[in-house]
Amino acid sequence: MDDDAVFRALADGSRRLLLDRLHRKNGQSLADLCEGLEMSRQAVAKHLGVLEEANLVAVQWAGREKLHFINPVPINGIAERWIGKFEQPRLRALSDLKRALEKKGRS
Amino acid sequence: MAKSSFVYVTFIKTTPEQLWTALTEPEFTQKYWFGVRHESDWKPGSPWKMVFKDGRVGDTGEIVEIDRPRRMVIKWRNEFRPELKAEGFSRCVFELEQMGEAVKLTVSHSIEQDQSKFIEAVSGGWPLLLSNLKSLLETGAVMLIEKP
Repeated sequence: MDDDAVFRALADGSRRLLLDRLHRKNGQSLADLCEGLEMSRQAVAKHLGVLEEANLVAVQWAGREKLHFINPVPINGIAERWIGKFEQPRLRALSDLKRALEKKGRS
Repeated sequence: MAKSSFVYVTFIKTTPEQLWTALTEPEFTQKYWFGVRHESDWKPGSPWKMVFKDGRVGDTGEIVEIDRPRRMVIKWRNEFRPELKAEGFSRCVFELEQMGEAVKLTVSHSIEQDQSKFIEAVSGGWPLLLSNLKSLLETGAVMLIEKP
C-alpha cells in the first residue's frame, strides 16, 4: 500500500486517538467510537475514512452495523522496512549465544 | 454475545490463484510461516493442521467452507498451550478479492469469548506473517526467516 497515506493518516492526534481506542477495544461502531469524545460524529466519520483509506482500519458488517478494526499490517511493514534489518542479526546473535552457552553447560 | 476478534487486511501484488496456493500448499506456507506447514486436503469437513518443523502439531481444526480462490473458513484450535486449547475452537476467515493489480487479503479471526487469550496470541503473529507473505509473493524473499 501507499506509505504516504499511512504517514498522513498517522500525522493527526485525533486519528491516533481513534486507533488507540480500537487498540483497546477492537470492532467498534461509529457510535461506540464517538462516545466520550469532544469531536462531532461527522469529524469522527471523516477521520475513520482517512484511516480506512490508508488501510489502518478495516471494516466489517455485522448485520446493519459497520464495525471498525485496527489493522496493524501497514505499520508492521514500515517497522520491518527499517527495524527488521537491524533486529534480525541481533536476534540471530542472541540465539547463537544461547546455543553456545547451553552447549558449554552440557560438556 | 461476548466475542473477541480481529480483522487484518493486506494488499499483495499477485493473482488470487497464486495467493491461494501460498495459503494452502505446505511447501509454500513453510517459507513465510517460520517453517510451519499447513496440511489439509482443503475440502469442506476435512481436517486441517499446522505442523512445526520438528513434526510437532501446533494447531488443528477443520475446513468449514472453501471457495477457491475467493474464500476459506477454518475452525481453528491451539493444541500446545492448555490455556488456549481450553477456549475451544475459533473461526478464521480468509477472503481474497482482486483490486486492480493487487489482491486484497482479509484475515478475520474470532472466538465466542470475551478477552480471549487465543485471539491475543494469534493477533500478535498475523502482521508479521502477512508482511512475510506479501514480500515473498512480491519479491520472492521473506523479511524474517526466524520468529523473533
